[in-house]
Amino acid sequence: MATMTQSVPLGVPATKITAKKTQNVFRNNAIFVLMLIFTAVWLIPIIGALVTALRTQGDITANGYWSIPKTLTLSNFGEAWELGQVAIYLKNSFIITLPSLAGMLLLSSMAAFALARYRFRGNMLIYFMFVAGTMLPFQVLLLPVFYLTKALHLYNQYSALIMIHTAFQLGFCTFVLRNFMRTIPGEILEAARMDGAGEFRLYWQIMMPLSLSSLAALATLEFTWVFNDYLWAIILISDGSKKPVTAGLAALQGQYNTDWPVLTAGALLAAVPTIFVFVFLQRYFIQGLTLGSNK
Amino acid sequence: MATITYPRTDQADQVVSGRSPRRKRRQWAPYLFLVIPLALYFTWIIGPTIATGVLSATNWDGVSALHFSDKNGTSYLVQNFQRLFVDSNFWTALSDNIKWLLFFLIIPTSMGLAMAMIFNGKFRGSRVFKIAFYSPLVLAGVVTGLIWSAMYNPSSGLINSFLRIFTGTESGLPLWLGDRTLALWCIIFAAAWRQVGYVMILYLAGLKGLDTTLIEAATVDGATFWERFRFVVFPLLAPVTVVVMVISIIDSLRAFDLVAIMTNGGPDHSSEVLANFMYISAFNNYKMGYAAAIAVVLFALMLCFIIPYLIYTSRTELEY
Repeated sequence: MATMTQSVPLGVPATKITAKKTQNVFRNNAIFVLMLIFTAVWLIPIIGALVTALRTQGDITANGYWSIPKTLTLSNFGEAWELGQVAIYLKNSFIITLPSLAGMLLLSSMAAFALARYRFRGNMLIYFMFVAGTMLPFQVLLLPVFYLTKALHLYNQYSALIMIHTAFQLGFCTFVLRNFMRTIPGEILEAARMDGAGEFRLYWQIMMPLSLSSLAALATLEFTWVFNDYLWAIILISDGSKKPVTAGLAALQGQYNTDWPVLTAGALLAAVPTIFVFVFLQRYFIQGLTLGSNK
Repeated sequence: MATITYPRTDQADQVVSGRSPRRKRRQWAPYLFLVIPLALYFTWIIGPTIATGVLSATNWDGVSALHFSDKNGTSYLVQNFQRLFVDSNFWTALSDNIKWLLFFLIIPTSMGLAMAMIFNGKFRGSRVFKIAFYSPLVLAGVVTGLIWSAMYNPSSGLINSFLRIFTGTESGLPLWLGDRTLALWCIIFAAAWRQVGYVMILYLAGLKGLDTTLIEAATVDGATFWERFRFVVFPLLAPVTVVVMVISIIDSLRAFDLVAIMTNGGPDHSSEVLANFMYISAFNNYKMGYAAAIAVVLFALMLCFIIPYLIYTSRTELEY
């Protein structure tokens, strides 16, 4: 679309071109101002939360939200971090998220390699099972998984969450990686086979390096998904010292009830890792989102 | 959409004939690669899905033995679903999920598409604006729920404080999450705020993959912007639209985090959704069989959408 409006059709008189140019400049500025307003409105929840977190509840209640803040303070962040235990919750989130990521990428890439590169009985069936699994409502798994973790003595352990995240995301990761691996020319693998490489080496030393971009995109996306999970966190962990940050925030909500500055400060702190990923790995994040849909 | 050339993996196999150990190894390789992932998948995903089906035919309380029928021989499967269909909370939850679904299919989808059309062109600041629009996507449901709850707060929230200045009155301001008729829509609105960016990204990727010669041809033929969109661009984006629809359906039926954080289904169950209703039945009321029956309904509802989608993908998949 963009190229359409910018390219000037051949055979248009020069005066018309300049007229069109000024019109375009005007239009671009109009778009800019409109978008500026629209974006500002769109970000009100985030900016609003930031402003809330820097004030005190007393100030907001007494003078209204839109009053000029009497004082700005960072103490809400400190309170959420220390007393609200957001520091511990964040650490727990990492302890859960990183092994889950490693597990799901390793296992799904193995499954994807098998499904993309070998013809065998049941290939399509297994593939469709993984695809169907990506659409499963996780409420369907809730009760049996809860009792399974209890039976396996994994309840209240980080490993319970690591297991369920790895298993639940296997479907999506396998689906994405399998479709990517099918695009790699078969000659590369055949050449390696001729040179005497075994099947595992084909997977580990040829397919994996070639899939790095997809793996990076998936890792970025899955990081935010696993990190942001709330349901499994409250189902499988009740021990306050092991809760990831999402479940921790819910506990904070119980603890600080109507102290919105502390609550929003906690929420913003909890969002820092995913925002960090978003800012620095944005390209991979978007690639990850579109990977699944681009087939 | 990028065209993918599917390598014919079987050709190589035909070259290497005979029963060499090498070929044997290759026959076993896919199963070896699949054994651990499948074991995990069956233990944690397939098995529990089946188990939920079984549980829905019991009156399990989480502790005692499983019973499939009461003393009179009436099966609990029938009882659970009978009870479900006369439970007014169930119908509220179901209709709330459907409202959520319909809203998601219409508002964030068309808005995301519109944003994608705007951002597909380059203009001053377009990159920064684009980032701003999809940034809510990385926030956890809990974080989104908390910051919106703070805004909706009737006494100190940003919205009512604004209305107070604007209208000059203290009384009669909406209670937002505390209002029976508004609560659900307040939550859906917060959810949509997150969804628009997602839809926008998917459509943007779709637009990038479009064949521009078709659009140019339409322009040469004198098609207006709207006509080009209506008759060329939108039909070409059909595969993306399918994916967006599927994602909207999944997300609206799975909805849990925002409801749990913002209202927990209240006030008076008015913003209940199936997921939260199930959670409460199971973990607050210890009615496991009943909760499983709710999950089965959710699953059945999802299947209505999964099956057509699987048929749709399998048609493109089996071409090779």
